[in-house]
Amino acid sequence: MTSQTPEELFKERSQRIEDAVQLKVPDRVPVAPIFCYFYSRYGGITAEEAHYDYDKWSMVVKKTAVDFQPDLIQNPRHLILAPGPLLEMVDFKEIKWPGHGVSPNHSFQYIEDEYMKAEEYDAFLDDPSDYILRTYMPRIYGVLEPFKRLPPIRIMMLGYGTAHLLAALARPEMINALETLIKAGAESLKWRSVMSSLQEELVGMGFPLSSDSIALAPFDVIGDHLRGTRGIMLDMYKRPDKLMQAIEKVLPMELQAGTFAAKRSGNPRVFIPLHKGADGFMSSEQFKTFYWPTLRKLIVGLIDEGLTPWVLFEADYTSRLEIIRDIPAGKAIYHFERTDIFKAKEILGDVVCIRGGVPNSLLCTSTPNEVKDHCKKLIDIVGKGGGFIMDAGAIIDEAKPENIKAMVDFTKEYGVYK
Amino acid sequence: MTEELVKAIADLHEAEALRLTEERLGAGEEPHKLLEDSRKAMEIVGKRFQSHEYFISDLMYSAEILREITEIVKPKLKGAFKTERLGKVIIGTIAGDIHDIGKNIVVFMLDVSGFEVYDLGIDVPAQKFVEKIEETGAKIVGLSGFLTLSFDSMRETVRAITEAGLRDRVRIMIGGGQVDDNVRKYTGADVYGSDAMSAVSLTKEWLGGE
Repeated sequence: MTSQTPEELFKERSQRIEDAVQLKVPDRVPVAPIFCYFYSRYGGITAEEAHYDYDKWSMVVKKTAVDFQPDLIQNPRHLILAPGPLLEMVDFKEIKWPGHGVSPNHSFQYIEDEYMKAEEYDAFLDDPSDYILRTYMPRIYGVLEPFKRLPPIRIMMLGYGTAHLLAALARPEMINALETLIKAGAESLKWRSVMSSLQEELVGMGFPLSSDSIALAPFDVIGDHLRGTRGIMLDMYKRPDKLMQAIEKVLPMELQAGTFAAKRSGNPRVFIPLHKGADGFMSSEQFKTFYWPTLRKLIVGLIDEGLTPWVLFEADYTSRLEIIRDIPAGKAIYHFERTDIFKAKEILGDVVCIRGGVPNSLLCTSTPNEVKDHCKKLIDIVGKGGGFIMDAGAIIDEAKPENIKAMVDFTKEYGVYK
Repeated sequence: MTEELVKAIADLHEAEALRLTEERLGAGEEPHKLLEDSRKAMEIVGKRFQSHEYFISDLMYSAEILREITEIVKPKLKGAFKTERLGKVIIGTIAGDIHDIGKNIVVFMLDVSGFEVYDLGIDVPAQKFVEKIEETGAKIVGLSGFLTLSFDSMRETVRAITEAGLRDRVRIMIGGGQVDDNVRKYTGADVYGSDAMSAVSLTKEWLGGE
């Protein structure tokens, strides 16, 4: 190991990433494995413990950071966005989590549904907050079922005339819901304070966090959380105007969410994982109509705020490379999963920092030597002239530790720019 | 009339397709014929998907049009609608994984391409694949998985099929998420497919080659 202090390491790593983002040539290719349940597997705890035992989770994250010495440490709060006890208390419906619907050793998984019905677009467009409070949340939080019967909050503006409506809060089932919320809130606070200390410790140990803010492509907000894949795909044909209006409505919300968290944390990177715009999902015309314009506005909006969007293109976007080129140069990170990363370098190399390139299949099933061979090719071609961050193509759960080690150590050794 | 309906469905003209369906039923036409036309149309949709002219969005829309037509026709239908099937395929999302969008697209594509599909659903234990092979005599098995946890589950499933003495009787294809040739080698499956189209062409090739 070097004799650098953690502060020096933190500065050096941050600078290395910053140089890559700005398409300058850093001292070497940065390497930042996007760890997910790898933390718990490597640390010898179950995925269920990762969601329930905050201290054990902190321990395995720190152990992974120390043992692998990455240039960015994947934010442990971004894997577990809400802890198990909280989800249990509120009877959360939108995911199944380890030990609760999926195996204690496996990743949480989404339960897609039409949480918003096709005929509810108008209600959503008319007043999203009201819709979220009285329709969406009661559907995904079992305990908030009674919220369905709340009066619309906006009529409360009649002041004295509407104060009596607070009676709605006194129903027994409402009291139970509110009391549960208070307990769940307290649990969340407890978990967040452990996570905040963990984040501070990681920074103190010299590891910049990958990001501390998340935003979604507006199309995905509607598709993932409200309409489901089938729902939103049909909406492109059956109610395109409503869908477009909803997407436009969501854009400022995502911009606000991404900006707020990033500014609060001081970490410029905003993670934007993409889900439904990939090749095969929709035509190029549909992508250019429904998906890209608001995603682009989100990216450019965050850049205008001085932030660095880190867009994870899940699945394959090879046919869309020319379209997604249209952003300001040297301001963002495009992370690719199955997109042809060599073609991406050709088309996007002068515009955006490219991240990824190592398939999880390789990390899970191959040998360190095979991983090194692949990384060599990536450094030679995609790393040429800077603007590249070595990483897996998608979140790392099951990879073999010796393969991660090979990816990190080889990049540090061979990836030095001369 | 027949061609009109086939074209309306295949071109995804929903309103037109529904209007033609109502019209023909109203004129006293045999409901079976309408379903037969729908089937022909879906075959065209499948082909367009295979040639990258159509996308998942189009497939889902065509399935919706088909659902609507079936709903109109069904009450008038006497007896079940049967069509000639080309061969049997077993499909399922492997144990531990509950993702079904990719799997459902494969099932849909195989179905409209004329195959008898046994869809075992999600989170399917290895033993269930074994039992289904024994029960149906299907010669093709497709394993779907989205997360990297699926690599081990797929391997387990292939092993269970082997241990049951059925490995020589079936061809196994895998796909979904991050599945690629590394995973194929690891699991002992015969082929991996990167999209639903490859599931169809593989099935055709394997069943046609007998």
